[in-house]
Amino acid sequence: MDPTEALEEHFRRTVEGEQRIEPRDWMPDAYRATLVRQIAQHAHSEIIGMQPEGNWITRAPSLRRKAILMAKVQDEAGHGLYLYAAAETLGTSRDQLLDLLHRGRQKYSSIFNYPTLTWADVGAIGWLVDGAAITNQIPLCRCSYGPYARAMTRICKEESFHQRQGFELLHTLSHGTAAQLAMAQDAVNRWWWPSLMMFGPPDAESAHGARSAAWRIKRHSNDELRQRFVDMTVPQSEVLGVSLPDPELRWNAERGHYDFGALDWEEFRAVVRGDGPCNRQRLAHRVAAHEEGAWVREAALAYAEKRRREPAA
Amino acid sequence: MSSSGEWPLWEVFVRSRRGLSHTHAGSIHAADATMALRNARDVYTRRGEGSSIWVVPASAITASSPDEKDPFFDPAADKVYRHPTFYDIPDEVRNL
Ligand SMILES: [Fe+2]
Ligand SMILES: [Fe+2]
Repeated sequence: MDPTEALEEHFRRTVEGEQRIEPRDWMPDAYRATLVRQIAQHAHSEIIGMQPEGNWITRAPSLRRKAILMAKVQDEAGHGLYLYAAAETLGTSRDQLLDLLHRGRQKYSSIFNYPTLTWADVGAIGWLVDGAAITNQIPLCRCSYGPYARAMTRICKEESFHQRQGFELLHTLSHGTAAQLAMAQDAVNRWWWPSLMMFGPPDAESAHGARSAAWRIKRHSNDELRQRFVDMTVPQSEVLGVSLPDPELRWNAERGHYDFGALDWEEFRAVVRGDGPCNRQRLAHRVAAHEEGAWVREAALAYAEKRRREPAA
Repeated sequence: MSSSGEWPLWEVFVRSRRGLSHTHAGSIHAADATMALRNARDVYTRRGEGSSIWVVPASAITASSPDEKDPFFDPAADKVYRHPTFYDIPDEVRNL
């Protein structure tokens, strides 16, 4: 066996034996590249995801809701940081990843290219978007790459508050005045389908599914996770007293699952391409925040450098 | 900002409560040690997960190769007499 083959064999056995791969282990180049792409996209989603909800912080209807929303948005920043740190263990720098995001060379989840038009959207995001994210993320806690799995474990613990505060917010609205109920229903109508798209294209079109499964990066297919999310969410919608905007949605006793209508994949592809309602705005805001913060980063480094040269008396 | 202007990387170790040792939590970027401690607090202990934090410049850590097949750990592999189960003790002996 030549040395590379022996390394590959050792890697394969480690992964198949449900052991974790750690940063300094040998790993195939394609495994490393796949992880960098996936973790970076995930990190970008967390920090871009601060924008739609951040939009409502100053207009939250009570101090209680405002404190909750600030804590949630701050958590999303934290999630981005855990994930950037995990990606960096694979040999990329933070600056490189941000640069790829800013130049549109790496993606973030399309869901964040939809606008938050009313206060009820904050509830719908917590309930549906965080809910879909949790469904996607729980299996990643057992991902074969150690630092990613550890970051995901931390994130999943924090996400449950995100989903619950969203549900509570919507529940308060849907049991309030007729206008509040209508606002909640409108938000759910707009966020339902994009949330289902968060699981990615149908399995038949999913490009890297089989390889990621063999590497124990992805443990369930897109369609499996989407179904799981629908099955969990429909009964919750009944408690909320809102309907889901899908006339084909019904329980299928034979399958033991809810059937649901076809997704508009043309819309999905358009948003991924950059033609969603807020793509340009989200990226421009992100780039501006980075550039306008440059002097702070430079000043902090200059101050640290000065302190090193002349320690305080 | 160019990558040469990136804040240095720090590894973060958190003691979750008294009586436990510090455990690696992750890493952060910061310009200096004071900022590293503050950033570590904000990133890794937002829910009371810590009673003490260490931050260490990542560049100051010397690490062994993590591969368990590495001969580095061989000296420990053949010394079964370091484990209590190696010894034959009559069954009737108690508290040993
Ligand atoms: Fe998050
Ligand atoms: Fe979240």
